Amino acid sequence: MTAEPAKPAATLRVGVVLFLFIATKAVGNLLLAWGMKHLPQTMSANPIQYLRAMLDPFVAAGVLALILAVLMRLALLSLADLSYVLPVTAVGYVIAAFLGKTFLQETVSSQRWLGTFLIFAGAALVGSTAHSTTEAKAK
Amino acid sequence: MRWVLVAVMVAATVLSDLLQSHEMKRAGEQSVEPRGLMRLLRIIAQRRYLILAIACLAVSFFSFMALVQTEPLSFAVPASAASFVLETLLAKLVLGERISGRRAAGALIVLCGVILVGG
Repeated sequence: MTAEPAKPAATLRVGVVLFLFIATKAVGNLLLAWGMKHLPQTMSANPIQYLRAMLDPFVAAGVLALILAVLMRLALLSLADLSYVLPVTAVGYVIAAFLGKTFLQETVSSQRWLGTFLIFAGAALVGSTAHSTTEAKAK
Repeated sequence: MRWVLVAVMVAATVLSDLLQSHEMKRAGEQSVEPRGLMRLLRIIAQRRYLILAIACLAVSFFSFMALVQTEPLSFAVPASAASFVLETLLAKLVLGERISGRRAAGALIVLCGVILVGG
């Protein structure tokens, strides 16, 4: 979009914020899943139950990390185009499967790995076209 | 039960996105500096579709919480990508956006992936 070449410092900043986003999102998902799985009661449709679940330290830490992830994503979007952000952050689907297998002792079948990589590829493809509407308007 | 939760989560996410996109296009460009944020809060309070959008986000997050409680994380997170499929479909049908062949292909690949992940 811009004619000037990317400065190394700007590229580094995008890289750092990108890493922080992917990390806070992954850790948030993991903490939330860990906390929820160790709650004594199963969730119903009652919203109060979900708010009460957030009092669990792991669930609370997960929610906090996910809020941080939202802020990191906003910061990332202020530094880079959505058409860059969506494809590169799609790697989060693969990371979630990896974390589930490693820390939550989940069995990830080869069919699930294949599905996860297809989702990663498909999301990257959808994401890389996301800017088409704004590009037309850009001066 | 797992697919019911996925369906509720995805539908709520997409509905929230559509409502936000629809209302914020009508509200005009907003800034995020402190005064801009105050204005943004006022806009949210005045527009019932935006309040509905936030309620949808809460429903979506609660469904995700219920999903990760009973299902593996390696299912819950990839399955949430089904929102790409529904979003692409509704962007065309409701918002009247033009969908490129590449985006349609991407959404189809995601759909195949979600089916495999759940199988």
